[in-house]
Amino acid sequence: MSTVFIALQANEETRPIIEAIEIDNPLAVVNRQPAMVKIDAPNRLVIRKETIEEQIGREFDLQELHINLITLGGNVTEDEDSLTLSWAE
Amino acid sequence: MDMKVAKKKLGLKEKYRLMTRDLGWEPTYRAKDEVFPYVNYEGIKVHDWDKWEDPFRLTMDSYWKYQAEKERKFYAIIDAHAQNNGHLNITDARYLSALKIFLQAISPGEYAAHKGFARVGREFPGVGTQVACQMQAIDEIRHAQTQIHALSNYNKYYDGFHAFADARDRIWYTSVARSFFDDAMSAGPFEFMIAIGFSFEYVLTNLLFVPFMSGAAYNGDMATVTFGFSAQSDEARHMTLGLECIKFMLEQDPDNLPIVQGWLDKWFWRGFRVLGLVSTMMDYMLPKRVMSWREAWEIYGVENGGALFKDLARYGIRPPKGWDDAEKAIDHMSHQFMLGLYQWSFGTSFHSWIPSDEDMDWLSAKYPTTFDKYYRPRWDHIRKLAAAGTPFKNFGLAKLCQTCQLPVVFTEPDDATMSCHRETEYKGEKYHFCSDGCQHIFDNEPEKYVQAWLPMPSLFQELNGDIGAWMNWVGLRDGEDNGDFVGSRDQRNFDQWRGMATSNL
Repeated sequence: MSTVFIALQANEETRPIIEAIEIDNPLAVVNRQPAMVKIDAPNRLVIRKETIEEQIGREFDLQELHINLITLGGNVTEDEDSLTLSWAE
Repeated sequence: MDMKVAKKKLGLKEKYRLMTRDLGWEPTYRAKDEVFPYVNYEGIKVHDWDKWEDPFRLTMDSYWKYQAEKERKFYAIIDAHAQNNGHLNITDARYLSALKIFLQAISPGEYAAHKGFARVGREFPGVGTQVACQMQAIDEIRHAQTQIHALSNYNKYYDGFHAFADARDRIWYTSVARSFFDDAMSAGPFEFMIAIGFSFEYVLTNLLFVPFMSGAAYNGDMATVTFGFSAQSDEARHMTLGLECIKFMLEQDPDNLPIVQGWLDKWFWRGFRVLGLVSTMMDYMLPKRVMSWREAWEIYGVENGGALFKDLARYGIRPPKGWDDAEKAIDHMSHQFMLGLYQWSFGTSFHSWIPSDEDMDWLSAKYPTTFDKYYRPRWDHIRKLAAAGTPFKNFGLAKLCQTCQLPVVFTEPDDATMSCHRETEYKGEKYHFCSDGCQHIFDNEPEKYVQAWLPMPSLFQELNGDIGAWMNWVGLRDGEDNGDFVGSRDQRNFDQWRGMATSNL
């Protein structure tokens, strides 16, 4: 098992995104550090457009993530509906 | 008859194909080899450039939109910083030393990376690669500019910021970062991608930007947090490009594996040595610390780097050659290098100091196996000398490693009481190294590294060893920019101005 992670700036825009990540990834661990939030998960983490939209109540383009993204670890796979981070099992 | 057709929104993949892939063309006036003359000599075999894909599928129109938004956020905070006496809101003026090193050593590296990506974007034939490199070239110049702009607010009030460009080219500790980027920029396009895109961005920038910027937030420096995180938001894309590049090379041809592995070995160690500077910033220069260098290494080196190399094992990649030596150095490097910076403080364009009791207790808690045994006794001794009016100052010049250009101040990987020193003789000249890693790099490419510009030999070649003339040449004002923090103008001004800002006297 290896850890994938994503770190986002801690601000009002990312609060619902982090909530959405927690909903979609029950195994994810959220670490809150000064000015940033780092989310770790075993092997795989999925960020879903639909879950974020349910949290924020508007349409969301997954590429908006770039604005508040700090760093990530894992292979990235992205399409319109989801962004997945993974390490080879 | 006109039919009403709803305008269909392009899918991400289709948009990427239309707005990236379709920008390319096959040259007809000239042979492809003539148009892209540098892509073969390193020995990397590529059969199908179309296999290169940006996993984020970011197209140029979206790129401009999101970058513009990042800039607006950045300047809102920079303006607020300047309007709210941001220079007085930091925890302590000692923190400024970390910013000065950042500006002198790191920001010019961003500019160098910009030049490098502009160049390799032209040298690679694949259009996906060209567009990704173009975006990164623009990112890197944005980083250099926003960092210089943010820190110019500090330059209005404090010493050591004013001559960063000269410092970068000429001072001994900044030449460490300079030589790293010069080395990468004078390599071929694929090696450049491994050096910057993979080793530096993927394996190492997390250690530089993430805990240090979070530390800046802890120390009340919103300007630096903002440029740091604004830059780092591009970094996630750069890391992905770096990882994509390495997978691309490994998937294209099995003959690429040994070449790629050799570059990984080299550039991991080169980058690790540059991080020697960062380790002292994290352990010693943040008055309020978020995590130790050791803790940051556990997260971003051991855990993330480990996961990455485990993932790449499917291609036959093994962890870089210096990995074990790096692990052994983690509990020592910040202490050994800070002792060096303190004793040679006549030649640094920032201030250093003897750690307080509280600082030393923190260090011994974070480094339980090394600090009290090897480093506290030295600092105690140095403190006694300072109290007696005979501070421990070294006015000699450090011997520099021919490869990484750090002073040879580190110890043997398995014996912290034995100074580590390696020598190679090449064409009748003797060259010195700080480690096996740096010696191996030299031995693989001696003709490259014998040409390295080193600050100490140049002091004698160009200035006859005249230290005063050297200070003028590097833009260092003796008694203002250099020396001990205690008694410095920065310390005096900060205390006085902060007093004025928080009272009506």
